[in-house]
Amino acid sequence: MKKLRILSLALAGALCVSMLAGCGSSDQGSANTPAAGGETTPAGTETGSTATGTAFKLGGTGPLTGGAAIYGLAAQRGAQIAVEEINAEGGDIQFELRYEDDVHVAETAVNAYNTLKEWGMQISLGSVTSTPGIATSVLNFEDRIFALTPSASSPDVIEGKDNVFQMCFSDPNQGLASAQYIYEQGLGEKVFIIWKNDDVYSTGIKDQFVAEAEALGLEVVGDATFTEDTQNDFTVQVSQAQQAGADLIFLPIYYQPASLILSQAAATGYTPKFFGVDGMDGILTMDGFDPALAEGVMLLTPFNADSDDEATQNFVSKYQELYNETPNQFAADAYDCVYAYKLALETAGCTPDMSAADICDALIEVFPTITLTGLTGDGAGITWDSTGAVSKSPKGMIIENGAYVGMD
Amino acid sequence: MVFLNYLINGISLGSIYAIIALGYTMVYGIAKMLNFAHGDVIMVGSYICFFAVSAYQLPTVVGILLAMAVCTVLGVVIEGLAYKPLRQAGSLAVLITAIGVSYFLQNAAQRLWSSNPKIFPPIVPREWSISLFDGQLSISVLTIITIAACIVIMLGLTFFTGKTKMGKAMRACSEDKAAAQLMGINVNRTISMTFAIGSALAAIAGVLLCSAYQTLVPTTGSMPGIKAFTAAVFGGIGSIPGALLGGLLLGVIEILAGGYISTQLQNAIVFAVLIVVLLVKPAGLLGKAVREKV
Repeated sequence: MKKLRILSLALAGALCVSMLAGCGSSDQGSANTPAAGGETTPAGTETGSTATGTAFKLGGTGPLTGGAAIYGLAAQRGAQIAVEEINAEGGDIQFELRYEDDVHVAETAVNAYNTLKEWGMQISLGSVTSTPGIATSVLNFEDRIFALTPSASSPDVIEGKDNVFQMCFSDPNQGLASAQYIYEQGLGEKVFIIWKNDDVYSTGIKDQFVAEAEALGLEVVGDATFTEDTQNDFTVQVSQAQQAGADLIFLPIYYQPASLILSQAAATGYTPKFFGVDGMDGILTMDGFDPALAEGVMLLTPFNADSDDEATQNFVSKYQELYNETPNQFAADAYDCVYAYKLALETAGCTPDMSAADICDALIEVFPTITLTGLTGDGAGITWDSTGAVSKSPKGMIIENGAYVGMD
Repeated sequence: MVFLNYLINGISLGSIYAIIALGYTMVYGIAKMLNFAHGDVIMVGSYICFFAVSAYQLPTVVGILLAMAVCTVLGVVIEGLAYKPLRQAGSLAVLITAIGVSYFLQNAAQRLWSSNPKIFPPIVPREWSISLFDGQLSISVLTIITIAACIVIMLGLTFFTGKTKMGKAMRACSEDKAAAQLMGINVNRTISMTFAIGSALAAIAGVLLCSAYQTLVPTTGSMPGIKAFTAAVFGGIGSIPGALLGGLLLGVIEILAGGYISTQLQNAIVFAVLIVVLLVKPAGLLGKAVREKV
């Protein structure tokens, strides 16, 4: 232990010296000092390739292990690809990325956030999932560290916090858009909802969907729910929908339980239309999933891995090469986040030697004014309002022959 | 007819719980320890079968046998490395070790096979079902296979522990380890054997679980594992027929509660029933009341 401590002290010392030598200026801002201490803490996860002190320190928390790891790993990898691309270009804006594991637990996320803060995080990618995101966004607000979360979609994440922004649609907006879409396109007469009641994501979408359906006069014939503990068996929910005479089942849930619902409905010979939201994205990339089950499933999603768009193809092929998987919307959102930061930092004229609070003030000014052309969102681009909510149009997709096809 | 449909769905869910509960109860009955890692051995078994069948194109039967073999070895290794050194320690220490093993297996699986869900190739197509009453009622072939497997395993285990020499040794160990040792029974080997059998059963349970519910992730085993543990307690932990009964009842109650009362309260009702049963019969439905020696 003692040896380690001496070693870490020496490392910290060496780092301080090299920094002083590198910058030369007497104005050693508070942003650099914690960075020296941060290097001596045991490295949590993979960090970016540059550690020169001339890059923006970009930190985020997400579930890198545990049941929700698929989302956290996707976001981490998406962001990593964007960071490497930007750093390889060698422009003025360089990033150093660090992700800490929060296991999709709020308490762990707070610890992970504090680790990042000690490391000297200047700008933040918030948290990947909503429950930890609500906890860390409060700290982002208090510490004046700007955050742009790729996918924590609960409105509580941004509410009342001027420096926390979202790259994903907020949950109520998805519910709203889905109800309008179903109504306008005349997709169903009698809608049944199967939602997950221990998940803020699902609950948020469902509540807004029900409210909007009522306003539009779209008939919701019933709803059934499940929890993390009962998501193996959906025979009850499916037969309730069947008894209610539903011709469309709305699924504001993630694709894993959704795939089970599809298969169990198919097994009973019940064939309503299914309509999902962005959580449904990824269903076709499950190993061994029978795409015939998802035939005709409709969903609103910001990202389509099968798109012909050159930027998307480039990203998808890089991701597949590195990780042997097709990226989902979490990866795409995180990728877009890093590019949004690049654009905003360029526009605001920020430099890596600025303190987190100064960068934060600059970004709050700039973010509502920029328009990003990213992987998520259509040709009109992605914009933000000053509350931190994103505005981009969801794409209506239908699954045909095992691939997404645009519905419009 | 709706009721019958719910009942069949309940039995189908319950038969999965029952088959996992058999493994739990077997290990508890003999080693007197709660092997919380049982659910994760199930998960490992499912992954082995998944890779054997989908990546190496082996026939399903070979996949199941391979999964059983791997799980048997895994069970014995876990017992030898994690539980054997704690044989003289308190039961709480072993319990916590078991929880540790459970987390270890989950995280190791995630490292090895990633957390991306895999769709498990079922042992028979999920659509295969037998229609009754002009198609108003259908029972899937998988359910029938699961129940049949349950009954065969239950009878096999009852015969094994009741009639064979090894089985008798197991029962002796369960009653009094020290006395069994004095009678010339190799206690360590007997307990290892129990784990080997329990883990082989876990592999079968895993294959049936994933055949019915298709998705396979590193946490696949944990929730069914806990439900099956509940089922084992419900039926009387340590009792082999009790595990079957407990599992089936738990599945039926869960489905009926969801169907007729509320899907929101599904689990609350299941556990409320469990509490009532344990208040009336503290040893579970078929459990033997054992007087504690003071």
